[in-house]
Amino acid sequence: MSRKYHVATTVNGDEYEYLCEPQQTLLDVLRDELMLTGTKEGCGTGDCGACTVMVDGTMICSCLMLAVEAGGKKVETIEGMAKGEELHPLQRSFLELNGSQCGICTPGILIAAKALIDRNPDPTETEVRYWLAGNLCRCTGYDKIIRSVLAAAKEMRGA
Amino acid sequence: MISLKYEAPSSLGDAIALLARASGTSRVLAGGTDVIVQMETDLIEPDLVVDIKKIPELREIAVENGGFRVGAAVTGMELTDHRGFCRAWPGVVDGVKLIGSMQIKGRATMGGNLCNASPAADSVPALIAAGAVARVAGPDGTRDIPVEGIPIGPGKTSLSKGEIVVSFLFPPRPPYSGDAYLRMTPRTEMDIAVVGVGVNVTLDADGVCAAARVSLGAVAPTVLLVAEAGAALVGSRLDAPALDRLAQAAAAACRPIDDKRGTREYRIKVAGVLAKRAAALALERARQNP
Repeated sequence: MSRKYHVATTVNGDEYEYLCEPQQTLLDVLRDELMLTGTKEGCGTGDCGACTVMVDGTMICSCLMLAVEAGGKKVETIEGMAKGEELHPLQRSFLELNGSQCGICTPGILIAAKALIDRNPDPTETEVRYWLAGNLCRCTGYDKIIRSVLAAAKEMRGA
Repeated sequence: MISLKYEAPSSLGDAIALLARASGTSRVLAGGTDVIVQMETDLIEPDLVVDIKKIPELREIAVENGGFRVGAAVTGMELTDHRGFCRAWPGVVDGVKLIGSMQIKGRATMGGNLCNASPAADSVPALIAAGAVARVAGPDGTRDIPVEGIPIGPGKTSLSKGEIVVSFLFPPRPPYSGDAYLRMTPRTEMDIAVVGVGVNVTLDADGVCAAARVSLGAVAPTVLLVAEAGAALVGSRLDAPALDRLAQAAAAACRPIDDKRGTREYRIKVAGVLAKRAAALALERARQNP
């Protein structure tokens, strides 16, 4: 057995401490230790984007970061997106425009879409498609996802 | 996995010492987009992982003697968000932008892309065309070696035990210089190069090519620096005959394999075509950089 590492980190503004083994990924710890199961595992090798989270303001695949690396970082997951009962405009837009079907890819896509809009409030359709190239969806054919993101961006700009 | 140890030293000396005295399998962890995949899929079972991201000199982008020094553990996202670097080396940025998704670029580094030693690594042909020099630190001291001296075969580097790539030095840009990297893939995103070409040119005041470096990826066991392809451009205005000579020299240097992404013949043909296109883009950028 590998020794356990003590890690203190912030997830969605709350302070967490956990013990992890060095080979455990951030995704493993979020889901299995912190019980934050909104973040999904798809491929586990960084191809599908289902496990997308923000770490210190940068979007990453949580399956490709060791949990021990998260010490002192600010992690943001899908659980932090709605403010209490109030959904984020992206979440409402995905509901209204059917941007989600089976739902496995949705948390990762919402995190990625929010990261895009935070950088670029008025993205073109092409920019949305390229930005989300690392988020695979096997249900929607992407069109409704793209429309949902563009509609939410428009609403957030107050346009 | 029997017993894995994770260390995140804050000094280069400590990192080198950890790696130098390690027994068993050890790995340097930068962005982890290759190393963690290899661990997750049981391709490697390291006993020691040394995370180098807490070492300051590996994380900096600095101006040095009129050029840029970029830490080996600077992420793709940090590099492509750096305006000064993007202006000076758009071709290197082309290559880095093609490394995986936005999520991957949030973690992946040029140091990792180089040391993973894939012949299809997207940033490496651009680094070689740029004439970037890697600073390598190890138990016996520090040495500066051209980037093309690092990979020696698929997954293999010339680094010895305890050595770490610390940073890359990009030389100062003379006026009328431009670089470009293009790759051929069946789809536009999230794919691995069938062929990649990096071209870096400098023109004189009359628009004649004074210097050129051409590098090819995914057509040999390592990324290649093709001196003959660069020489085909020097002294020309990158007109059609010069571009034809470039394409012939590029194709002649290819020693590719057949695989699911492309046949040998296809790769050789595409290397020439892509070299011409990359040279045309580098030329356009050079003209805009008085």
